[in-house]
Amino acid sequence: MSDATLEAVQVERPGRLKEFWYYFRENRGAVIGLYVFLGVFFVAVFAPLLAPYDPTEQFRDHLLQPPFWQEGGSLSYALGTDALGRDLLSRLIYGARFSFFVGVVVVVIATTGGITIGLIAGFAPRWLDTIIMRLMDVILAFPSLLLALVLVAVLGPSLLNAVIAIAIVLQPHYVRLTRASVISERHKDYVTSAKVAGAGRLRLMFVTVLPNCLAPIIVQAALSFSNAILDVAALGFLGMGAQPPTPEWGTMLAEAREFILRAWWVVTFPGLAILITVLAINLMGDGLRDALDPKLKRS
Amino acid sequence: MSEPVLVAENLTQEYVLKGGLFGQDRIVRALTGASFALEPGKTLAVVGESGCGKSTLARVITMIEEPVAGSFVLDGTPAGPDTLAALRTTVQIVFQDPFGSLNPRQRCGQILEEPLIINAPEMPAAERTRRAREMLTLVGLRPEHYDRYPHMFSGGQRQRIAVGRALMLEPKVLVLDEPVSALDLSIQSQILNLLVDLQERLGLAYLFISHDLSVVKHIADDVIVMYLGRPVEIAPKADLFDHQRHPYTKALLSATPMADPTLRKQRIKLVGELPSPVNIPDGCPFAPRCWKAEARCRTERPELDQGTHRAACHFPE
Amino acid sequence: MSLLEVRNLSVDFATTSGSFRAVDGFDLTLNPGDITAIVGESGSGKSVAFLAMMGLLPWTATITSDAMTFDGHDLRAISPRERRKIVGKDMSMIFQEPMTSLNPCYTVGFQIKEALRIHLGMDRKARHARAVELFEQVGIPAAETRLSAFPHQMSGGMNQRVMIAMAIACKPKMLIADEPTTALDVTIQAQILELLKSLQEETGMALVLITHDMGVVAETAQQVSVQYAGQKCEQQEVTALFSRPHHPYTAALLAALPERATTKHLPTIPGVVPGQFDRPKGCLFSPRCSIATDLCGTTPPPVGGPEIGFARCHFPINVTAEQSA
Repeated sequence: MSDATLEAVQVERPGRLKEFWYYFRENRGAVIGLYVFLGVFFVAVFAPLLAPYDPTEQFRDHLLQPPFWQEGGSLSYALGTDALGRDLLSRLIYGARFSFFVGVVVVVIATTGGITIGLIAGFAPRWLDTIIMRLMDVILAFPSLLLALVLVAVLGPSLLNAVIAIAIVLQPHYVRLTRASVISERHKDYVTSAKVAGAGRLRLMFVTVLPNCLAPIIVQAALSFSNAILDVAALGFLGMGAQPPTPEWGTMLAEAREFILRAWWVVTFPGLAILITVLAINLMGDGLRDALDPKLKRS
Repeated sequence: MSEPVLVAENLTQEYVLKGGLFGQDRIVRALTGASFALEPGKTLAVVGESGCGKSTLARVITMIEEPVAGSFVLDGTPAGPDTLAALRTTVQIVFQDPFGSLNPRQRCGQILEEPLIINAPEMPAAERTRRAREMLTLVGLRPEHYDRYPHMFSGGQRQRIAVGRALMLEPKVLVLDEPVSALDLSIQSQILNLLVDLQERLGLAYLFISHDLSVVKHIADDVIVMYLGRPVEIAPKADLFDHQRHPYTKALLSATPMADPTLRKQRIKLVGELPSPVNIPDGCPFAPRCWKAEARCRTERPELDQGTHRAACHFPE
Repeated sequence: MSLLEVRNLSVDFATTSGSFRAVDGFDLTLNPGDITAIVGESGSGKSVAFLAMMGLLPWTATITSDAMTFDGHDLRAISPRERRKIVGKDMSMIFQEPMTSLNPCYTVGFQIKEALRIHLGMDRKARHARAVELFEQVGIPAAETRLSAFPHQMSGGMNQRVMIAMAIACKPKMLIADEPTTALDVTIQAQILELLKSLQEETGMALVLITHDMGVVAETAQQVSVQYAGQKCEQQEVTALFSRPHHPYTAALLAALPERATTKHLPTIPGVVPGQFDRPKGCLFSPRCSIATDLCGTTPPPVGGPEIGFARCHFPINVTAEQSA
């Protein structure tokens, strides 16, 4: 090529990850959220090493002992004990594991299902699209906790069933989100050129279009992670989720209900744990949205 | 004269606009009665304003859409649903916007190799990579660009990648849908030169769609002027720019700004807007804006006359 | 006194990887009744300079200048409140995309009357009469009924006419047209350019035409300023610029026009406009220039005098003996 462009200097532009981190870092709340989230994750992974006691071990001599800074408290049970003499700190630490388990499983089930159905709806002929979307509207029309309760009542109360129920309830959000971005992407020129190159429908769906729809889905995944934790706690509180003596935060709250006036710590600490985790994840989700949503990007 | 590689016969495309719950469905006549032939190594330019059906023509020729009427023959094979797979490699397209036409999540190499993965799955990966790297040099990029993402390239470089991708399957016909109108002037000439070089080297036939008459004048061999879905004038380039037989072509040419301030030419001012292709007037579609229109033009639709310089007008010049 | 006086205007943007200079030492003097075209490729900073004058840039932008006065107001020291009184009234702007520059939620009549209400404080009746008058002035047929139309009910050309009507509603002293016809079809473009020119003649306002289209420049402007990578590289009267460009970039740009081509191969400018990361040290055009020497690569060139079109070049071309003397 006689006059082809060969630039004299080709300087590296910043990579995607670096750019992502730049925009994420702008949002201070998101960074704090990320650190808290990583902290909780660390606690969940290393729970057996961090927790002073087994979460189900009962210390009959120390029933409802207050936290260490209150009169009658001691450092050996730093956050006090519950009505059966179990160490609250250990239970909270182990509880983090369940919260993570719930979050991860719910997000995995809901995203896989939701993305697949959303892709199908986005590419389907109009009648199938309508059927799928009306079905999703029906699910969305139920109050989410009520629907989850009904599903758990049908499936039987256990942590896993609660997780499945919540995943089903959260799924329509992913379907709508995926479908919306698929519809806006599929008319772009690069999809047409893949078509002209002879790409089949499956290839178009999963290889060409899907990677370009992931940004909003990732944000939604972060937000539904916290939603899942909240919902499972609610189900646990209502006795339809994890069953005692599982140290799940919502279940712990339910067990402690009757001592709310006598021993504030048995309700406050699990509640705080839920609050902090959910808040951290939501803040992080906000930052993710800022960093991934090109509409908000400043050039 | 060599055998034409693309012969189109009376191509017609319509879209149905759903009228909603109570409204009536309306038919958009995007393309009506387009007939032409294209020889290898030649460039046929399609000129017109928005809504004239030039992009629809591109979509029909590249088999993204099937025409509602008419037919076309590619390289001796009539195009249709049965021959689609066989003809896939014969015709490829380059789009206007190099920012939208490359998948932002694929590396340059993947973009180039995708047509091969789909159409020649038995080809070994090493061979594919070799061809992609060769293509990079052919379109004036460097082999080390292979691993970059589209956002790392400038508009002109992306358009080179888009041209490269279209050429990976070694097509005989390349449809160029406004390939330079989104580019800066200094880049535009680079891409035009690339296209000229590739045509000489590979004997490609170009269907060059554009609204820019100065580019068309430079690159085309033959020109079709379209108005509201219909060809109104078909002629070899020299004849067309020498004298225009259809009043619309005349107006279009006089409206094109020339980069010469000393040239104060008499401009034909067209009154009115482009009518929408939903309600194309009876008779000559250009009649409402034409200064020569008479009663006959509003009732009777003119057809293309015969010869080398054809025009669809009751009063051609 | 000149209407607009800008000296050494620079705009920097804070980005992911450090600051980026979008406009570098922009100078412009504009008298009432001037038609000046600012020509440049994308990224040459031609729009940014004017957005900076109007105070329409986001907070990531840092604006510095030695002087920036408009109609006796110092635009650097002006309060946002004062600026709003000027912008849209004495200094107004029309944009490239007529479809997105109008608010799709309101009728065009409402939008044009809003400008009249805020800047001129006219009463309801006067506003309506003026709006109809303006629509007729910009050549919108059936003005009375078009006032109650929504932007999506009209074509691009009509919307651009509405934008122009809004821009001239308060009889501005300066109208900035930022790529006013790029999104329009050729025949409509001709109509809009005619309209802008005739309005300029009627009202005597200064017209700034920001564009990348050499054809539009040649047919419309009197003065032309050529921008490259944020810098002005040349400014000349239009016929002189097209016949005797002094900066190699201008010359190369003109040579690259397909309509000036003599062979199948066009003369090209190799390479691309420098971006944020590959800004040359010396002359910004030197990596792409055909006559560049070592000096060009190391030392930024001086700005020449008016006799060589203020060319920012070490070796201006097309210079006659008496000019260089």
